[in-house]
Amino acid sequence: MDISTYTTDAPPPTPRPTETERKRAARGATRPGDRIFLGLSRGSGILLLVIMAAIAVFLSYRASLAIGKDHGNFLTTFEWNTGLQPPVFGIAILAFGTIVSSIIAMALAVPVAVAIALFITHYAPRRMAGPVAYVIDLLAAVPSIVYGLWGALVLVPHMNGLFGWLNDYLGWTGIFSWDEGAPRSMLTVGILLAIMILPIITNVSREVFRQVPQMHEEAALALGATRWEVIRMAVIPFGRSGVISASMLGLGRALGETIAVATVLSPAFDIQASLLNPGGGTFAQNIASKFSEATPFGRDALIASGLVLFVITLLVNGAARVIIARRAEYSGANA
Amino acid sequence: MSHAATIHDKRPSTLRGASLPKWSPWAIAVGSIVVGIGISLAAGLDSKIQWGLIAAILFVLGTYGIAARVEGRRQAKDRVATSFVWVAFVIAVVPLVSLIWTTIARGVKVLDVYFLTHSMGVVADTEPGGGIYHAIIGSLEQVGLATLIGAPIGVMTAIYLVEYGRGRLAKAVTFFVDVMTGIPSIVAGLFILSLMLMFEMQPFGFAGSLALAILMMPVVVRSTEEMLKLVPNELREASLALGVPKWRTILKVVLPTSIGGITTGIMLSVARIAGETAPVLLLVFGNPFINSNPFEGAQASLPLYIYQQFSNSAGSGAAYDRAWAASLTLIAFVMILNLVARGIARWKAPKTGR
Repeated sequence: MDISTYTTDAPPPTPRPTETERKRAARGATRPGDRIFLGLSRGSGILLLVIMAAIAVFLSYRASLAIGKDHGNFLTTFEWNTGLQPPVFGIAILAFGTIVSSIIAMALAVPVAVAIALFITHYAPRRMAGPVAYVIDLLAAVPSIVYGLWGALVLVPHMNGLFGWLNDYLGWTGIFSWDEGAPRSMLTVGILLAIMILPIITNVSREVFRQVPQMHEEAALALGATRWEVIRMAVIPFGRSGVISASMLGLGRALGETIAVATVLSPAFDIQASLLNPGGGTFAQNIASKFSEATPFGRDALIASGLVLFVITLLVNGAARVIIARRAEYSGANA
Repeated sequence: MSHAATIHDKRPSTLRGASLPKWSPWAIAVGSIVVGIGISLAAGLDSKIQWGLIAAILFVLGTYGIAARVEGRRQAKDRVATSFVWVAFVIAVVPLVSLIWTTIARGVKVLDVYFLTHSMGVVADTEPGGGIYHAIIGSLEQVGLATLIGAPIGVMTAIYLVEYGRGRLAKAVTFFVDVMTGIPSIVAGLFILSLMLMFEMQPFGFAGSLALAILMMPVVVRSTEEMLKLVPNELREASLALGVPKWRTILKVVLPTSIGGITTGIMLSVARIAGETAPVLLLVFGNPFINSNPFEGAQASLPLYIYQQFSNSAGSGAAYDRAWAASLTLIAFVMILNLVARGIARWKAPKTGR
């Protein structure tokens, strides 16, 4: 059921209040019990909004304390030396690493996740589809620290073969050259993140594909379309916006993933042209690894980088929701 | 798999072109695996993953070639799409099976009663021995307190959205609940941290609970909302028509009808926050000794314990063993919560009146 968090259903089916209903509600609200209960429930809703606002306000306040004393440019400096007098730090490398690892994760996870969603809804034998969907659901619940531990102790040693192969055949591109160091690099992080966001994207895409009107599919079949043509002409066009928003939800998780990245990456404050050599860092990973030895000022600087992460994930998730909402209106006219 | 056969009937027909027999995908799969292994052995590749990839590529190409010759282009494309979907499924299953298998195989090594009932108080991180008792205590207290805060607020918000919510406030709450679902856990941790810095507080368990509660609320709101929407309106109307006040209708009719689903949602969100490491790392800090007071002093928690065993291990096998055993405990806890929650959902599924 954890999929319900991401459901793309149309707005609540609660019917619009009729005149009598509205009167009844108005009269009901005058009873003391009703007023208290309404107050409590509305208060909870408002509290959620207050928390969101408070997160933005407090992070901004602490961040402003740190950025005010920064002797580098906060956005473009390639260093993180909060202990220096004067301190010099910037998020350029973190932004780069976060974006690169997320792009790798998306490039790997989205096609596979869409294929698995299609597998569950359209290809798998009936008896197999249920258990597969169930297992994918459970995998979404595996804690990220376990993915991190597995990534560091199992996935990393297995990457040697792949890295050697990439270096041999694609090393000339520069992106895939490898100095034979431990493969704790951006590519490994991207692959691990891809595995982690796979269940989320699969779950949401699956729900969307399931909502494709049966009529559309049957119409295509009746015209002699093969199964692939049905998917290309009926299923994908209907589900496209749903898949996009599913991917953005996955992106949101990949951007903010902390512990799994911190266990796998061996960070360094430099930008590596190659995805295979260790180095770089991400916002969340940097906060987790620098936190324990940070001075009070260093903590404020980390909060400043967290604020940037907060804004980015807010934008990504907000965009995903807007796309979903638009699709709900569109599909209502069309189902 | 041979879907052409599911569309047409089985009689031979002049309207229908030649088609491959039903067993052909399996034959091509076996053939490509054999050839793939042959090529890999000849080229001297030692990674089994490369063997698998070569076999997969051969399978897709072989399917296209054979089907295009016998059945024509369109059918061939269809078969390639089918084989791509199957290959994607297999590729995705490999790491996931590996994850579960490794955790179980390595976790059972040191997982015993001693491990569950002792702390790390007098054990150095690099030595064998010790256990996770302190981490279990910490996890249960932090997650329990977070649930006490997060679940009621989440359920009440969902009630507001479904039963009362109209207009701009409800729309804003809905939107921000959705956005809040995507807040990275470390940001929730930083938020509580900035409050703690303001009051110059030291790390303690309850601070972690607050951050976990923030992560929990939107999940509870979304799942409870879905459940409340499933309650048929006739039930509400019947109760209101008898003159029952709205708040009693909600408490006595709507909530009992949907209580199974709501419980499921809460348990799933508990399972989610029980595995969170980042906020606990910032706010609770970790502690090798048993501290059962969540309101004072650093505490441990299971995910944090795993992280610290991993990062403080200096490559020691004993620490890795403990990390795996703790992972197995955590996964078992999360999975049991999931299974029980699904069981409750199935058992108490609301009747939708249809």
